[in-house]
Amino acid sequence: MNDGPMLQAKDLTVRFGGVVAVNRVSFDVRRGEVFTLIGPNGAGKTTVFNLISRIYQPTEGEIVYEGRPLTRVPPHRIASLGIARTFQNIELFEHATVLQNLLIGRHIHRASGVWSDLLFTSRVRAAERDTRRRVEEVIEFLDLQHHRDTMVAGLPYGVRKVVELARALATQPKLLLLDEPSSGLNVEETSDMAFWIQDIQNELGITVLMVEHDMTLVSRVSDRVLAMNQGEVLALGTPAQVQSHPGVIEAYLGTAEDTASLRSAA
Amino acid sequence: MRFVFKTTYDQDIRLAQHGGHLFWYGLLLLALLAAPALVSEYWLAQLTFILIYGVVGLGLMLLAGFTGLFSIGHAAFLGVGAYTEAVLAGMGWPFPLSVATAAALAASVGAIVGLPALRVKGIYLGIATLAFGFIVEEVFARWESVTGGNAGMVVPTLSMFGWRADTDQSFYYVCLAIAIGATLVVLNLLRSPTGRAFVAIRDSEISAQSMGIHLARYKTLSFMISAALAGVGGALYAHKIRFLSPEQFNIIHSIDLLLMVVIGGLGSVHGAFLGAIFLISMPQLIALGKDALPAPIGQAPGLQAVVYGLVLIGFVLFEPLGLYGRWLKLRAWFTLFPFYRRGMFKRQKAFTKSDRLR
Repeated sequence: MNDGPMLQAKDLTVRFGGVVAVNRVSFDVRRGEVFTLIGPNGAGKTTVFNLISRIYQPTEGEIVYEGRPLTRVPPHRIASLGIARTFQNIELFEHATVLQNLLIGRHIHRASGVWSDLLFTSRVRAAERDTRRRVEEVIEFLDLQHHRDTMVAGLPYGVRKVVELARALATQPKLLLLDEPSSGLNVEETSDMAFWIQDIQNELGITVLMVEHDMTLVSRVSDRVLAMNQGEVLALGTPAQVQSHPGVIEAYLGTAEDTASLRSAA
Repeated sequence: MRFVFKTTYDQDIRLAQHGGHLFWYGLLLLALLAAPALVSEYWLAQLTFILIYGVVGLGLMLLAGFTGLFSIGHAAFLGVGAYTEAVLAGMGWPFPLSVATAAALAASVGAIVGLPALRVKGIYLGIATLAFGFIVEEVFARWESVTGGNAGMVVPTLSMFGWRADTDQSFYYVCLAIAIGATLVVLNLLRSPTGRAFVAIRDSEISAQSMGIHLARYKTLSFMISAALAGVGGALYAHKIRFLSPEQFNIIHSIDLLLMVVIGGLGSVHGAFLGAIFLISMPQLIALGKDALPAPIGQAPGLQAVVYGLVLIGFVLFEPLGLYGRWLKLRAWFTLFPFYRRGMFKRQKAFTKSDRLR
């Protein structure tokens, strides 16, 4: 294993027609850290995520993961490289139980082919048992025991968010991408999420790259923060450094002149 | 009410989850085994058809109910299986070999039809498979040297290694064995990684992909298995009908098959067989009801289509989970008596709702 950064984005640029969604963004994610992308709406944070999970193709630039370029890897191979993700607007398998969702998360570790699946050979049975054992570890880690056999469609939003996190963990990732883990959660659920993210980092040793708006959560769990605005990098550093960066304050709150002009207009 | 106390993971993996399952399915199996001795020849023939359509239904259920891909040309696969069987049986091939070939051929045709499924979804895939159905029907009609064209072709009796299924009873047992085999195979598939990948694709392609599921491979696979089961059903159908002509595999038949899985209950293995029971018994019920209706309605042509249409609309509106959903509610009513509430299934959502057609 090399000692370089886990994930490197080099001059990433994406254009959708005339719109430049991401413009020459570069950053490194170090092994074992929690790295957060922040920025106002439309800053290009989720686009960066979709670039890493290969849903979008960058117009320019490249992504290097553990020393290998990701830009040529097909989307379904990403998971087996050890990158798992959650989605901003929860993308669970709605008409399946929580347990089934997590079992699907183990897909990349499947040990059997279609023919042995059709006959459900003893090898498939043994593999299923092992899969189940691994999934139960995740269920226990995230306290989902009560919801194990519930259909996802019937679960409250907060629990679904945890189920999605659990499904990502079931893949046994090395790098976890969390797209707004706290959106739609209440204060208590958000603080649970913060604990889990810290546990994921410390106990499971998984590197976390997340997009997040809740600054309390961000400053609590992040090692480093990257602020983006309109597809460009504004600032990079510790949560405190980034929060006091003038450019970041400007992007979120506007400049003094803006306020002055608003006052004079009123 | 039954509470199963689980102590091992195997209890979740097993097909029969508890003693009740073993008892009731055992009883059903005994009844099916004893059927030839108990029911008249006519009802045995109906039962045979239910088993045959059940096998086809399993295939379509896997595709439409578990992978979320709709095929409005499924009768074409049935036809490929039927004609293959007819031709090979005519050449004297033993049944196990010919039915396997019929399944394999239907599966390879399924793989070709699966190609558009990699690009189009929902209603557009429906149109693509519909067009495919027309093409295959046309091939059956034009390829006279093999299929006998519109004049049709006679199917010889099912035979293997010197044994001939020349009575209704013996053919019934062949169908029963195949239906049980097909059910077990589908159940095995659904409790293994492959079946879970299908369900994942049905519910969210984007996250299925991010979980490492190769969409193209699994969609094609689903089409192939589905077509293979339709092919097996077609082979049995050929022997049962004994005479094949292209118009048996037209769009109406395809729609009947789709109707069968929707009314049976998309996303349930039971639904395939419940739908088959519906499909086979409905014409009889309509025939019975015909005499009770006033002549202008009762004797009108197309009465069956109207009734089917109404039943389908009724199910889509009021019971999206089909006959199997109805059965679940009935069972809940009995197990919870007297505590069943009307709103208990309020949160059920059928994935057939319009958002599937995006």
